[in-house]
Amino acid sequence: MWPLSCVAVCGGTHGNEMSGIYLAKHWLRDPMELQRSSFAVTPFLGNPRAIEKCVRYVGQDLNRTFTTEFLSSTEAEDEPYEVVLAREINQTYGPKGSAQAFDFMFDLHNTTASMGTCLIVDSEESLLPMHIPCPIYLYKLPGEETYSINSVAKAGLALELGPQPQQVVRADLFSQMRDIIACALDFIELFNKGTVFPAFEIEAYKITGRMDYPCYPDGEISAMVHPKLQDKDFLPLNPRDPIFQTFSGEEILYEGNTTIYPAFINEAAYYEKKVAFVKMEKHMFSIPGLQRD
Amino acid sequence: MTSCYVVHEAPVRRVAIFGGTHGNELSGVFLVKHWQENGDEIQRTGLEVRPFITNPRAVKKCTRYIDCDLNRVFDPDNLGRQITEDIPYEVRRAQEINHVFGPKNSNDAYDLIFDLHNTTSNMGGTLILENSRNNFTIQMFNYIKNALAPECCPVFLIEHPNLKYATTRSIAKHPVGVEVGPQPQGVLRADILDKMRKIIKHGLDFVHIFNEGKEFPPCTIEIYKIMEKVDYPRNKNGEITAVIHPSLQDQDWQPLNNGDPIFLTVDGETINYEGDCTVYPTFVNEAAYYEKKQAFVKTVKVKLTAKGIRSSLS
Repeated sequence: MWPLSCVAVCGGTHGNEMSGIYLAKHWLRDPMELQRSSFAVTPFLGNPRAIEKCVRYVGQDLNRTFTTEFLSSTEAEDEPYEVVLAREINQTYGPKGSAQAFDFMFDLHNTTASMGTCLIVDSEESLLPMHIPCPIYLYKLPGEETYSINSVAKAGLALELGPQPQQVVRADLFSQMRDIIACALDFIELFNKGTVFPAFEIEAYKITGRMDYPCYPDGEISAMVHPKLQDKDFLPLNPRDPIFQTFSGEEILYEGNTTIYPAFINEAAYYEKKVAFVKMEKHMFSIPGLQRD
Repeated sequence: MTSCYVVHEAPVRRVAIFGGTHGNELSGVFLVKHWQENGDEIQRTGLEVRPFITNPRAVKKCTRYIDCDLNRVFDPDNLGRQITEDIPYEVRRAQEINHVFGPKNSNDAYDLIFDLHNTTSNMGGTLILENSRNNFTIQMFNYIKNALAPECCPVFLIEHPNLKYATTRSIAKHPVGVEVGPQPQGVLRADILDKMRKIIKHGLDFVHIFNEGKEFPPCTIEIYKIMEKVDYPRNKNGEITAVIHPSLQDQDWQPLNNGDPIFLTVDGETINYEGDCTVYPTFVNEAAYYEKKQAFVKTVKVKLTAKGIRSSLS
């Protein structure tokens, strides 16, 4: 792997996830704490219009728009704001898949789920992110194209911190996110300067699917995340454990055959798609050593 | 037994339960929708209980409001405004609601309205009182507090010459705000819904028992009276320059003393509370109040006494 020279940090890909927005705005005013000697760091705001309105998105979710379909579509008059924006971001920090693209992009997110601090990486083949010390969630389903903003760069990851309500800044999560970015940038600096990071084994969570809310015929959800599942992100969910509770008090149990690990339990933004949580399996991965060329 | 210290109050026959005054505060939305399908648990003999979604367009979009905050427009000016094409949706809606459940300040108005809300602040199950002289409501709050004990049920009095706002529920003779948190906007937590449900259950039980003729002796409850709103520190462009300090975050209803930290700037500087008396902050870091320039609200602890009451028909 070549040393990294251009790194981007994005806040506000979703305009109501405030830790990253406040951090990016601070760094745009005063980038000093991002400076490292061996590479350049560029902070930016992902979705300015959504940030201004303090909403997740204006037309469509920016963080699902970085696919070939949208990036290479021809300009049209009535296209969603985020499609135009994605093409601009791809121009500035990409183009995705090309040699000119930024070396690395960090994307800062919050969740209403109790996920603590989590790194979201596309797959275990992204070597550099796997070396950063934090719980890791591998989000890409087999055969799926990458669609997130950080996929524009040659490598990237998302930081997901929660629980935090949308539109709220909590000082504790703000500090934590700031500290992790500082640590990650220190890591890149050490890597660039030739530090050898030996091979190691790590446990990480790999997505296998999504669990939808039960719904009435009219599409409204008919049950809530069960109190025993609420806030239990990354803890084992076993067959026949309760997962939902109806408004009349009945329990709905998990019907899978094996233990899974849920995440994004009761994430506000996923009600739109009626997704109650994401299902994951825990795997041990052998990560090869890392050293710059 | 009657006593000259007992006030005879009219029986309470018409009750409404409002959900979705803010469309992204989901406990009330889902409870009301559930009760509209199956209202058994909210029925009591001798009274009509009507569950109602107040801001359906905001509920559909899962947003606080469409044009303006519905819970601020039940003042005489807005209620009497002429309907034109460009009138805000919520003002038009307020007039419709006033027509069905009011008119406000008239004899035809509903006796009692429970207005269901959530907050991102760590307020627990808070009851909101509008009038310090409403004996019926204070007695109800006393009943609910005792029923939920040892669980805490703070009572928040919003009576204030400038800070009181014209709420949706204010059209009733006895307005009751139910504010349960913490819950993010757009999220439905089973534990928070359950807490709200219990408050309503005890509230309705009280009404039923009152109507049946039980005399409630004078009672005194501890309440938190609104004093002042505190905004975030801002720069000359109006941008927020500090966030709620970790020591204050989630500490709603806990004493705040002179010198205690309240804000933390991005540069790590602490800003402390300066005041000559202990205050009890609430609505600490409520998402919807960033735009209302409110980081938290200062309250003082006060004892409020209600006269004894008895239904006038018994």
